[in-house]
Amino acid sequence: MSTNGMENWAVDLAEVTAIYPFQGTEVIMVVVGVVFWLGWHRIQFKREEEELEQARKLEDRDKVSASVERY
Amino acid sequence: MDGNLNAITTVFTEFYYWVTIVFMFLIHVGFCMYEVGASRRKNHMHTLMKNVMVIPLVTVSFYLFGWWIYWAFPNFPFFGGLDLESGAANLPWADTMGTNVGDRITGVFWAAFLLFSWTAASIVSGSVIERIRSSALWVHAVLIGSVWWIIDAAWGWHYAGWMVKYLGYHDAYASGVIHAIAGGYALGVITVLGPRIGKFASDGTPRDIPPHNPWMLAIGIFLIYTGFWGFYAACNVPIISPEGIGGQITGDTWTATNIYLSPTTLSAITFNFLMSLSGGLMAAYLVSKGDAFWTFSGGLAGIITASAGNDLYHPIQAMIVAAVGVVIVYRLHYWVERRFKLDDAVGAVAVHGYAGVVGLVISGFVLWGQPSSPFEGYASINPLGQTLGAVIMFFVLGFLPAYVVSKIQASRGALRIPEEVELKGLDYDEELTYQAAVAETIAVNKSEIANR
Repeated sequence: MSTNGMENWAVDLAEVTAIYPFQGTEVIMVVVGVVFWLGWHRIQFKREEEELEQARKLEDRDKVSASVERY
Repeated sequence: MDGNLNAITTVFTEFYYWVTIVFMFLIHVGFCMYEVGASRRKNHMHTLMKNVMVIPLVTVSFYLFGWWIYWAFPNFPFFGGLDLESGAANLPWADTMGTNVGDRITGVFWAAFLLFSWTAASIVSGSVIERIRSSALWVHAVLIGSVWWIIDAAWGWHYAGWMVKYLGYHDAYASGVIHAIAGGYALGVITVLGPRIGKFASDGTPRDIPPHNPWMLAIGIFLIYTGFWGFYAACNVPIISPEGIGGQITGDTWTATNIYLSPTTLSAITFNFLMSLSGGLMAAYLVSKGDAFWTFSGGLAGIITASAGNDLYHPIQAMIVAAVGVVIVYRLHYWVERRFKLDDAVGAVAVHGYAGVVGLVISGFVLWGQPSSPFEGYASINPLGQTLGAVIMFFVLGFLPAYVVSKIQASRGALRIPEEVELKGLDYDEELTYQAAVAETIAVNKSEIANR
């Protein structure tokens, strides 16, 4: 048993097409890929929101001023 | 007609490898920038020179004996003797190791492997910055670049290597044969070398020693990414006929192959390189909470994790394998740092070593049962073979020799720079000379202006 259906290379390459593992599950893989991609946006969006909320407080005006002057 | 077709194929192959070599030079440029960017100003020049001199030292030793090891060691010492016949054409006194119009491939093939040697040595160089003696590092550079990695290549990255035959070892783009061994080697050195002064608080809490220039790090890692394209291409045989392979493949369709002479395509590795880079970057961004250093390194770690099977994976598999690997690698890095008080200045053990090991283990499951070779009688790819391979690369050929040699160096006071020098900075004397020269030049110029 092999994850791409090939047990050996005793084949004519003219007759070989895809050789990646788990052929037939492409749609599932795409779903996993989409979940990974959109999940990344969701987590990043939430974290940035929290970071910006914390960062908006002007706690030490001297430090903020120095940071602005750094340019 | 056949003669000219062969000539075109040969010259194309020669040019193909030559281009990969030029690309791969960027890996070393990137490593130099990365190391200098990560070091403090007081250590710049020594950090740079330490890595620059890896180039000639590994090149000369690889010409003298490293290349011969690759051809003579595929079954030595456990499954046969030295292959002296194959080795003969790759000895430094062989006529094929010079200008020879009858052999257009040996030079470029040697150089492609040599650039891998530089990379292996450079990985070690990054982890030990700011406290190792250059003389000690250069011994390690020759050992990892011209001995240990090329032995592992003969065993596990050669169409006739015993690891491929008996373990079904598959490592198309060198997760193990370059990255796991170099990461393991770096770990062996830093275990003996110890951390930089100030890296750990008195209660053992690790401190961050920030890079002096994060922009240099960013450009350095992008150059490494770019060079990695060349590295991937260099791991392939660009075009070969079934007759040229001489294995089980039938018909007359020519193909590109991996190093084991099993068919793959440049398209496959282009898909998978980019998707594993993306999976690594995305996972690293999340797990490190947007830390720039780890996000950049995560892209590289993602590619390295997927590299063992990137000739065969589906692009989405490559992306997921990369993402999973990066999360493991990131957590493992900080766990090891806290638990064993190890100072890996650029995260090389994690990004190369752990990523390589994780990538090999995962590939054993994803590629389970697939042929490791186009030749008859070879074991198929399997999880046990890949895991044993990872142990051989990381621990047996990486960590162990590095630890032993470092212990010998340390016992003779030849490993680490004196504490006073570490505190002042390795460039202290050069900096004073530089400042004096600057002051004198300014004074001379002012004097010239005043006299006119």
